[in-house]
Amino acid sequence: MTRTVRRTRRILQVTGAGAAALLALSACSSSDDSSSASDSSASDSGSPKLSGEVTVFAAASLKESFTTLGKEFEKAHPGTKVTFSFGGSDALAASITGGAPADVFASASPKTMKIVTDAGDASGTPATFVRNELEIATLPGNPDKVASLKDLTNADLKVVLCDKTVPCGAAAQKALDASKLKLTPVSYEEDVKSALNKVVLKEADASVVYKTDVKAAGDKVEGVEFPESADAINDYPITLLKSSKNTGTAKAFMELVQSSEGQKVLNEAGFLKP
Amino acid sequence: MTSPSLDKADAADTLTGGPRRRRTLRGVRGGAPLPLLLPALIGLAFLVLPLVALLVRAPWRSMPELLTSAEVWQALQLSLVCATAATAVSLVIGVPLAWLLARVDFPGRGLVRALVTLPLVLPPVVGGVALLMALGRNGVVGKWLDAWFGITLPFTTTGVVIAEAFVAMPFLVISVEGTLRAADPRYEEAATTLGASRFTAFRRVTLPLIAPGIAAGAVLAWARALGEFGATITFAGNFPGRTQTMPLAVYLALQNDPAAAIALSLVLLAVSIAVLAGLRDRWMTAS
Repeated sequence: MTRTVRRTRRILQVTGAGAAALLALSACSSSDDSSSASDSSASDSGSPKLSGEVTVFAAASLKESFTTLGKEFEKAHPGTKVTFSFGGSDALAASITGGAPADVFASASPKTMKIVTDAGDASGTPATFVRNELEIATLPGNPDKVASLKDLTNADLKVVLCDKTVPCGAAAQKALDASKLKLTPVSYEEDVKSALNKVVLKEADASVVYKTDVKAAGDKVEGVEFPESADAINDYPITLLKSSKNTGTAKAFMELVQSSEGQKVLNEAGFLKP
Repeated sequence: MTSPSLDKADAADTLTGGPRRRRTLRGVRGGAPLPLLLPALIGLAFLVLPLVALLVRAPWRSMPELLTSAEVWQALQLSLVCATAATAVSLVIGVPLAWLLARVDFPGRGLVRALVTLPLVLPPVVGGVALLMALGRNGVVGKWLDAWFGITLPFTTTGVVIAEAFVAMPFLVISVEGTLRAADPRYEEAATTLGASRFTAFRRVTLPLIAPGIAAGAVLAWARALGEFGATITFAGNFPGRTQTMPLAVYLALQNDPAAAIALSLVLLAVSIAVLAGLRDRWMTAS
């Protein structure tokens, strides 16, 4: 008798724990709903009502400037929090179309932005907010005397490029094609930061990256400009995402990026005006 | 409370393994208790469902085209060659290391064993960074390799083999060391008292004795090497035909052609299942 009671109680405990776990899981998915309704009305950047968390997926090349802008935003609107996920634009686009919870997407090329808009995940039309130019990153002091894109085809040089699937790789390829050069790198890296870091670590002699990345790396690399980069200037589009649960704050952050204040930060990082 | 004799039977069951126990459960109450069965089935579904989803979402129609492309063959070939080479490297230096850990009593053995198994729990990317710092062109050892012999390891196929061996070798060492500990050292002692040198005893007596353990460890290491991603992309980079193995190809394909990524994943899945299925019986009966 007592044994059956004890057993039933144990079953109840197990099912109870299971139910609690399920409840906790389902609560996660809907917990942010309440904040969206109140925020969407207050889209003015000056509104004091902004609050809550905003998740921004941004191209790896935007890391420094967006981090600065995020801090400025949080300071101007206490109670808000901007979290970033930086990476190769294609990987970010893939995770957005795969259902990753994000509010804003800033991509390094219209092509990757198109992946998101085609999938119907963008809210509104993406706007170009900056442009970026390519530059050659070489070791400090340029010991190999790299002066042009053609110098990179020298077989003695270890050059890394971005993979063609990511915007910096596509742009580099465009510049090479425009000047009819054939370049065999030692590796196709998965994003621009990883391509740059192989030079920072002195594992590679040179890399073709964005001007902004060369600037961000400081004196760890030396930048060499090349005229062909004019053929491969990348437009950076930004958009609000449909999955956003905090559209008011998200819009305000996008407005900051496009404002003269935001543009100043971006220009200082080496980005060109759209 | 249960009687002591029942406890003993339970212990014997645990020692002899699963089949008998399963039979007893079914015999007693006509099935496993629900609080065990339900989570067990959820557990099974959790592990199998993602693999089934891969089959469901596979682009079967374009599969032949996707899989016969030159890049896929290149990546698969490179994966197989590098995993095999990494296993060979692990065998040559891993088996002696396992023997040292199992048979020679030296101070700090526990620490050495912990260090050897460290790559098992280390995130592979960290392993890749560590390799880059040690063997990279500007690395602690790599600097001299480059200056004296002109050898650079990053961005080369050798680099892939090194990255894979670093991650996979601990599996072999652990497996061989366990088998060595289980094997009776008196056979070796008998051989040495009969005049064999310690090395001859190892070669002629110990090796055949622990062969199943070595085989099991080698298969584990090979499978781990085949799936290695983090250390490879960090240390060896990504270049088709030279350092782009299957997992790297899958990762990059996922970014612009998910269908191709699924197709490639299926190939890796098929190879892994084939290896496990082909060797499982031999393992079990041999050990």
